[in-house]
Amino acid sequence: MNIFTRFGEFLLMLKGMFTKPENWRMYWKELMHQCVELGIGSLGIVSIVSVFIGAVSTLQTAYQFVSPIIPRSVIAQIVRDTVILEFAPTITCVVLAGVVGSKISSELGNMRVSEQIDALEIMGINTKAYLIFPKIAAALITIPMLVVLAMTLGIWGGRFVGEVTGILPHEVFDRGLVDAFLPYNVQFALTKAYTFAFIITAIPAYFGYNVKGGALEIGRASTAAVVTSCIMILLADYILAAILL
Amino acid sequence: MISIQNIFKGFSDKPVIEGVSTQFHTGKCNLIIGASGSGKTVLMKCLVGLIEPDQGSILYDGEDFTQMGTDARKEMRSKIGMLFQGSALFDSMNVEQNVMFPLDMFSKMTRGEKQKRVDEVLDRVNLNGAHKKHPAEISGGMKKRVGIARAIVLNPQYLFCDEPNSGLDPQTSMVIDKLIREITTEFNITTVVNTHDMNSVMEIGDQIIYMYQGKKEWEGTKQEIIFSKNEKLNNFIFASEFLKDAKDMRMLEARGKIDNDRDMESLLK
Repeated sequence: MNIFTRFGEFLLMLKGMFTKPENWRMYWKELMHQCVELGIGSLGIVSIVSVFIGAVSTLQTAYQFVSPIIPRSVIAQIVRDTVILEFAPTITCVVLAGVVGSKISSELGNMRVSEQIDALEIMGINTKAYLIFPKIAAALITIPMLVVLAMTLGIWGGRFVGEVTGILPHEVFDRGLVDAFLPYNVQFALTKAYTFAFIITAIPAYFGYNVKGGALEIGRASTAAVVTSCIMILLADYILAAILL
Repeated sequence: MISIQNIFKGFSDKPVIEGVSTQFHTGKCNLIIGASGSGKTVLMKCLVGLIEPDQGSILYDGEDFTQMGTDARKEMRSKIGMLFQGSALFDSMNVEQNVMFPLDMFSKMTRGEKQKRVDEVLDRVNLNGAHKKHPAEISGGMKKRVGIARAIVLNPQYLFCDEPNSGLDPQTSMVIDKLIREITTEFNITTVVNTHDMNSVMEIGDQIIYMYQGKKEWEGTKQEIIFSKNEKLNNFIFASEFLKDAKDMRMLEARGKIDNDRDMESLLK
């Protein structure tokens, strides 16, 4: 199957999601369930990754800043902007592509192989709308929130490490944080977060939903979903940076 | 009654079903039998709309399913229940939630009414104490019974069972067969069972269709199967020596020829 056929199938899958729900209450319940699964379920890993990214950013930036004429507060500015512009949205979403993407792909793949999707179809339920749409919608709701959390924790991690290692006292770090701050950077980061949220749910959903075969194919689909999602995140990251910055 | 006319279906130019026409009668267990790869699962998937036939029509009490729009199909599917080969229970839900799911999605019942209905159908399939168990915690036979309960909870007019006895021991298979037969007559529904279990054929086969290489090779009742002279059918049904002998004995018995020990001994050799 060539890439154009796959892309056509992907678009048809997206089109198939937009039908009137059989029961609004059940769809709402599923949306809330997915918000908990994707959002709350990813809190731990996002928090850990963010704190360490911020901490390492402070250490490495300080290591490269050897000139005495550059004020130390610039380290905080660099940490702030790299975390907001790149690390929080991109690294968080690459990590989530692995965590959430493989989960979605294997869950749908298993449902396909064990005929659970067929069972829903027989009942007269639009499975694309019931199984895929709530996942994408939940990601669009929760992942930007996770990215904002990642920004906060990343900067806090950098500040904390600067303080405990003596590289940068927190008064200096705080001064650097507010210097030359551009609110547009947060807007840009959120634009990336929405784009990546769509990528890391829609692509694995496509791979999982169209699995044919058994356990081996489910594993292959999960791998393909994660790899494709990561590549698409990096591609989208470049395109958005080129267009919006 | 379901009437299918001249159904054709192929995959990648390879025909899987070729010109099958038949009728499945209301209040009866209609069996589709045949060897693996004979096209019986594809035929059943065409019947329920999971696969679109290339040609032909499928009439549910006179209404052509193949010509229906999305909304009409949804309406029709509310009258259809299906038991899948692997039961297809939702892993994340317990038995009660699995059975209640179609009610949650499609009925306007109150919570109490739904609970009452779920209790009724679980009681009907003899699963009283399993409400809170998850599919991973119950046996294959119980899973099938939950599948049946879920299929009948919305009072369907048509029930489809895809290999209901696969993976079950003979005794549990008999229980499932008996349940399918009882439900069919009790609720007067059109039941179509896809099987290659010979016990099922003899137990519940009111109307039997034998598929061979994508075509309808033979059609008749379980009584007629004993006396059929169709070689392909006989090779399939009476594949073992034991069953061949049983058939010969049944034929002789029917003709009143088992009248001495010599006949019996020669048949048992």
